[in-house]
Amino acid sequence: MTDPRLLLLSPDDNVFVLRGAIAAGETVTLETGEATLPDRLGMGHKIARRAIAAGETIVKYGAPIGTATAHIEPGAHVHVHNVKSNHTPTYVLTETSQEVSR
Amino acid sequence: MMGYLRSDGRKGIRNVIAVAYLVECAHHVAREIVAPHRDAAHLIGFPGCFPNVYAQQMMERLCTHPNVGGVLLVSLGCESFDRNALAEVIRATGRPVETLVIQREGGTKATIDAGRAAVARIADRIADTPQVEMALSELVVGTVCGGSDGTSGITGNPAVGRCFDRLVEAGAACIFEETGEMIGCEGIMADRAATPELARELRASVDKAAAYYATLGFGSFAAGNAEGGLTTIEEKSLGAYAKSGQSQIAGLIKPGDIPPRGGLYLMDVVPDGEVRFGFPNISDNAEIVEMMASGAHMTLFVTGRGSVVGSALAPVIKIAANPQMYARLRDDMDINAGRILDEGASVDEVGGEILDLVAQVAAGERTKSEELGHTEFILTYKSFEPIGPSCLPV
Repeated sequence: MTDPRLLLLSPDDNVFVLRGAIAAGETVTLETGEATLPDRLGMGHKIARRAIAAGETIVKYGAPIGTATAHIEPGAHVHVHNVKSNHTPTYVLTETSQEVSR
Repeated sequence: MMGYLRSDGRKGIRNVIAVAYLVECAHHVAREIVAPHRDAAHLIGFPGCFPNVYAQQMMERLCTHPNVGGVLLVSLGCESFDRNALAEVIRATGRPVETLVIQREGGTKATIDAGRAAVARIADRIADTPQVEMALSELVVGTVCGGSDGTSGITGNPAVGRCFDRLVEAGAACIFEETGEMIGCEGIMADRAATPELARELRASVDKAAAYYATLGFGSFAAGNAEGGLTTIEEKSLGAYAKSGQSQIAGLIKPGDIPPRGGLYLMDVVPDGEVRFGFPNISDNAEIVEMMASGAHMTLFVTGRGSVVGSALAPVIKIAANPQMYARLRDDMDINAGRILDEGASVDEVGGEILDLVAQVAAGERTKSEELGHTEFILTYKSFEPIGPSCLPV
């Protein structure tokens, strides 16, 4: 039984989508065990459903949405810091500067 | 369910009178004609005074839409729209059609009086249109999204996708569009094409959209998208694309092309040739109008921030993606897909709920926007080349 706060959009996905914000320090239940979130994550953000190796395809909606740039632990945040687009780079604004994640 | 049988074999789920102005200068008169007949007659029209093949074809398709029982054309008199050609196309389908020319009738008041009488006459004539058994497989259903937010791609759009999967399975024709929002997922989409030739056409339609929007100076992935949890352009695109579900893609059509049989179709709404008339679709209703011109009996409209629109001629089912918005705008919303977020409902469950409502609306149940009297309509200039031979299923 997965955590009701997590949404699996397709059975092939290796990420869960958060149904709502989850606070820092909270524990979520994955199919493979539990994971504690180090930071608050907002609705719509993604966490790893299982361990994802660097170079592995990130799958959401049963479709590729990018490639992991680093090893991702189960339950870890999956976002611009560890995923690159297979199409065009993503431009993100940070608090200090504008960075490009490749 | 029962449908209104038309001479081309298609069946309508409504039997409305289209009152069509053929230039903006006739808009007020046409609107006044419709005013006392709001449920029976719907206002449509084309505002431009210059001739345009696309507009002429769209008006022909709309005036002979299966939900339309009869037509009143309202012309100023000196516009370049070919009212006689349009009337002839409508007449050939067996529908009652009358034309009023304001400059001939004696102006605003005389035309309004004559128009109201004409609508009453047409209503009498279509009251006994035969109703025959109609199957789910005879439906054409379109989908659009508008006023999207971060919830659209994870609740309403995938739920519409599940509903589409089941409609396609039942033999219905389903239409999705928004190639401008599919940049980055053209490869994924092409993999679902029924034939390699169609796959090439699907890719080309997204490339065309990318070039078209680049000329217009449109961005694609904004910083706010990443704050909302979207990581890549292809992920953002997939959120809109999720409305298409998982079925094989049977064909690619352009506005006004009628799907030849059931299956899933991509509608290419981006004009061909150089950028000429501005934005392909200036607002959500322009997309709905094109779906109707291709025969859509109804449109599934997913909204996150909360659009309230409906449409002339064909019902709109509004699907709220965001639970907070649903709480505020529930009188306007037919489905609360936001409960995937706050009540833990599954995407499948909401997809099933949408499918049930599609069947009920096809059987005559009125949507929220119909109840509230929404009959938005907008048609502007475009130009298209005909679709290629590999676009349609054989």
